[in-house]
Amino acid sequence: MTIGVVVFPGSNCDRDVRWATEGCLGVPTRFLWHEERDLSGLDAVIIPGGFSYGDYLRCGAIASFAPILQEVAAFVERGGRVLGICNGFQVLTEMGLLPGALTRNEKLHFVCEDTPLQVSPGHCQWLKGYGDGETIHLPIAHGEGRYQVDPGQLQQLEDSGCVAFRYQANPNGSVGAVAGLTNPAGTVLGLMPHPERACDPATGGIDGRRLLASLLG
Amino acid sequence: MPVYSARVLVSLRPSVLDPAGEATRSAASRLGVEGIVKLRIGKAVELEIEAPDLATARERLSLLSDRLLANTVIENWTLELAASGEGSSTSSPVEEG
Repeated sequence: MTIGVVVFPGSNCDRDVRWATEGCLGVPTRFLWHEERDLSGLDAVIIPGGFSYGDYLRCGAIASFAPILQEVAAFVERGGRVLGICNGFQVLTEMGLLPGALTRNEKLHFVCEDTPLQVSPGHCQWLKGYGDGETIHLPIAHGEGRYQVDPGQLQQLEDSGCVAFRYQANPNGSVGAVAGLTNPAGTVLGLMPHPERACDPATGGIDGRRLLASLLG
Repeated sequence: MPVYSARVLVSLRPSVLDPAGEATRSAASRLGVEGIVKLRIGKAVELEIEAPDLATARERLSLLSDRLLANTVIENWTLELAASGEGSSTSSPVEEG
């Protein structure tokens, strides 16, 4: 079991993720520079938070054309598991691996706080460690996390069990209070909150552990 | 090969909230400029492109606008294109992704 963590110029949660997966959970983890194309030997890929390419143009827009992500798209086609956190979620929507888009927070503020979330594991293998409707607390830290999708598509996402995480106190104006989504296959998960910052008891809660631990298969 | 000048205007779709535009509208009111009932902020991208002809330039820039400059989930774009050095630009019909 090995996890790859994509590193773009401007990523800033790559080391946090590695500390969570390798330091806290003991899963061998390697960094994947954005110009690389080698995903051999990896069981899961994490696209971490940060400001890839300075968030120029739109959050995640330029990253979505990085060589490594062409390989990640092929990895998803083969059934590989991909987790996008914060900027990683923005990248997944820009790539079209998850529907919708993340836009400027409703109140324009950068929000940085612990927030309660309702988990709906549905068909997502990443979330099998959580009970249906369970409330967990994870930190959020973003300025552009307002999830946007048209009402028809939101209904479709709800009906198909793809809304994996929902804010209980919507901090950014996301439609449907969506905080995280999976693809229909349950192999791709994107969320704005940071599970990797909730793995080490030394720095607060550990509600993110079960999510990252489920990468173990 | 001829060089064409282009400008791509990217705007949020009408259904998408523009909090930055709303904040700017409030500031306009504080400045004392009254009567602004709508203010939406977008982007203007200025480009020059070498292409064998206008149609090819338009085709390439349409692809660029649709796939990279705008995210058509939340944004619309329009393309203005003219031979470089010409004073007036030829505006294309509004194209929407």
